[in-house]
Amino acid sequence: MAVTLLYFASLREAVGLSREELAFEAGATIGTVVDFLRARSVRWADALAPGKTWRVAVNQQMASLATPVNPGDEVAFFPPVTGG
Amino acid sequence: MAAIVRVQEDDFDTGRELDAMTRGHDDVGAVASFVGLVRASNEGDAVSAMTLEHYPAMTQKALEEICAEAAARWKVIDTLVVHRVGRLIPGDRIVLVGVTSAHRGDAFAACEFMMDFLKTRAPFWKREETPAGARWVEARARDDEAAARWKG
Repeated sequence: MAVTLLYFASLREAVGLSREELAFEAGATIGTVVDFLRARSVRWADALAPGKTWRVAVNQQMASLATPVNPGDEVAFFPPVTGG
Repeated sequence: MAAIVRVQEDDFDTGRELDAMTRGHDDVGAVASFVGLVRASNEGDAVSAMTLEHYPAMTQKALEEICAEAAARWKVIDTLVVHRVGRLIPGDRIVLVGVTSAHRGDAFAACEFMMDFLKTRAPFWKREETPAGARWVEARARDDEAAARWKG
């Protein structure tokens, strides 16, 4: 299934990418997606390290590692927000 | 109850925005507002400018949810959030939150709640320009603590 991944702010700069489309098996969760991304390179593993503070949203709602991913979902990774 | 949310590059006129919330509303007895500005220093360093990035599709939703949450918790009449994006310089307005209600208590509380939630939930990120170069502003633990006060 096709999923759109978005990266914002310092996390975008850390991975050097703002958007991509990836395919995952049915039944995938955010955890599956994160494992795949971390395995890409040291750069990705560092940016999404377990102890590092980052956030993930699925279809514009805050999500967690257990959140399921469905075909056509928009998954966004970003650092803690600093607006206001 | 109406919730107005706008994300824009342009500046806003605080007085005009607040007047628009109260004009023709004779049920409004109180209007509370918060305006956030760009400071010329942060973490001990001079800041010459900052650029606000956001996640457009999520920003609108997150701000509308914050307005709805405020309306569910307090007796508010209308809520307003105007948030700027793009490059801003010290003294520039960043954000305006406005709340109208019959009595001041609801407006004060809802306005503070909305800012605390905006600070921790709305997907905006600040990158500031300092003499040492540009850097992303780090989230502060005290913003999480401020938002946590409203739980329960």
